[in-house]
Amino acid sequence: MQHILHTPLTKQALAPLKAGDTVLLSGVVYTARDAAHARMAELLDKGEPLPFALEGAAVYYVGPTPERPGCAIGAAGPTTSGRMDAYTPRLLDLGLACMIGKGKRSQAVKDAVIRNGAVYLAAIGGAGALMSGSVQSCEIIAWSDLGCEAVRKLTVQDMPLTVLLDAHGGDLYESGPAAYLAARGQN
Amino acid sequence: MSSIRELDAARITDAVEALCIKANTTLPTDVKAALDAAEAAEPWPLAKQTLGLLQQNLCVAAQKELPICQDTGMACVFVELGQDVHIHGDLTDAVNEGVRRGYEKAYLRKSITADPLQRVNTGDNTPAFLTVHLVPGDGCQITVAPKGAGSENMSRMAMLKPADGVQGVIDFVLDTVKQAGANPCPPIVLGIGIGGSFDHCAALAKKALLRPLDAPNADPYYAALEKQLLDAINATGVGPQGFGGATTCLGVAIEQRPTHVACLPVAVNISCHVTRRAVCRL
Repeated sequence: MQHILHTPLTKQALAPLKAGDTVLLSGVVYTARDAAHARMAELLDKGEPLPFALEGAAVYYVGPTPERPGCAIGAAGPTTSGRMDAYTPRLLDLGLACMIGKGKRSQAVKDAVIRNGAVYLAAIGGAGALMSGSVQSCEIIAWSDLGCEAVRKLTVQDMPLTVLLDAHGGDLYESGPAAYLAARGQN
Repeated sequence: MSSIRELDAARITDAVEALCIKANTTLPTDVKAALDAAEAAEPWPLAKQTLGLLQQNLCVAAQKELPICQDTGMACVFVELGQDVHIHGDLTDAVNEGVRRGYEKAYLRKSITADPLQRVNTGDNTPAFLTVHLVPGDGCQITVAPKGAGSENMSRMAMLKPADGVQGVIDFVLDTVKQAGANPCPPIVLGIGIGGSFDHCAALAKKALLRPLDAPNADPYYAALEKQLLDAINATGVGPQGFGGATTCLGVAIEQRPTHVACLPVAVNISCHVTRRAVCRL
């Protein structure tokens, strides 16, 4: 089933999503990966505000290539989300609603997704050129010294995503291969 | 005595610049052919659809002059240098300058930190990861194989016991692939090194990724092992992007080497569906 979502995201809007469903996401998405997560954790430790408000926010784990003149962004596919696992439960507990990336998450992240009614969505890994098509604007809002790892505010339109972890414990990385193997009679 | 051929380092810089750009924007024909064949044969609808998106991505990259993947990688550069060649200038500097120019000119991402723990980006994707092999003759073959971290991070190495034998190797490879799951952007390509010393084994695995997917190991024993591993990986059901399906791996290449009587090293270098390489001869 396909869902149309707009940011900011509420628990009510995310509740119907099930692992394996597809999503077309529009609105504002913030980019953050390894170094930005480390700096956000430092700010939280010091009780200082983050570069963007977490409540209802969507974060995309991406380090895009530099944009050509006249283009909003370069290639912009997802990076491996698991490297952010150490920081993620804290951000979810503070209101982060949606993560976009690829690859498996820790049990602590899965638990925090359920606890907070959040979701973890897949962008197609290695399809950086394709994913850039849904980005309408891109602006660095923090830590430009980090280069490709700087925090960017993206405006996206109908970004095509797939639900990996839903708020009810569903996990496409378990159910997807299992469904295929069952259909092939190999289970 | 054979004569010495003079080669200007500037030609190496120009070649590396062009290869960095080509490798990041155009998939090698053998990898594209493997994707085409996998898409045609894939029986699971979601997997077939996902493989279609990967194909679409290649078209968009070509149309919009975008890199295929945003992780334009470590610039792994392999130089097969004839021992009868004399380079005017510094080879390492020439290669780094080519990487610097190519990554800047084609708007490729700069992904290299100057220090593994202090982590400051070098800003120009240098240094290159340069491997030089001396070979007979007066040729100079350069391969640029940009390598992304999503798949590199899931690579593993083990010093097995000789008693573990071929089954130990198979078990280690399959366990590595299972642990990797969706992280390395399946469908994956595997480069496997077996034998040698600790360091040579890892280098063999990387070298194996340079071999075209339609060129099996020259030794029938290892060619059969490549096929056996490919079939076993594709029976796991992981599928494209880990969403489930028949297409988990596009190709397995093994490189083997003599080793110590007490050793059985095995290294598995995982690559993704964007397994990039571009080659030229000077």
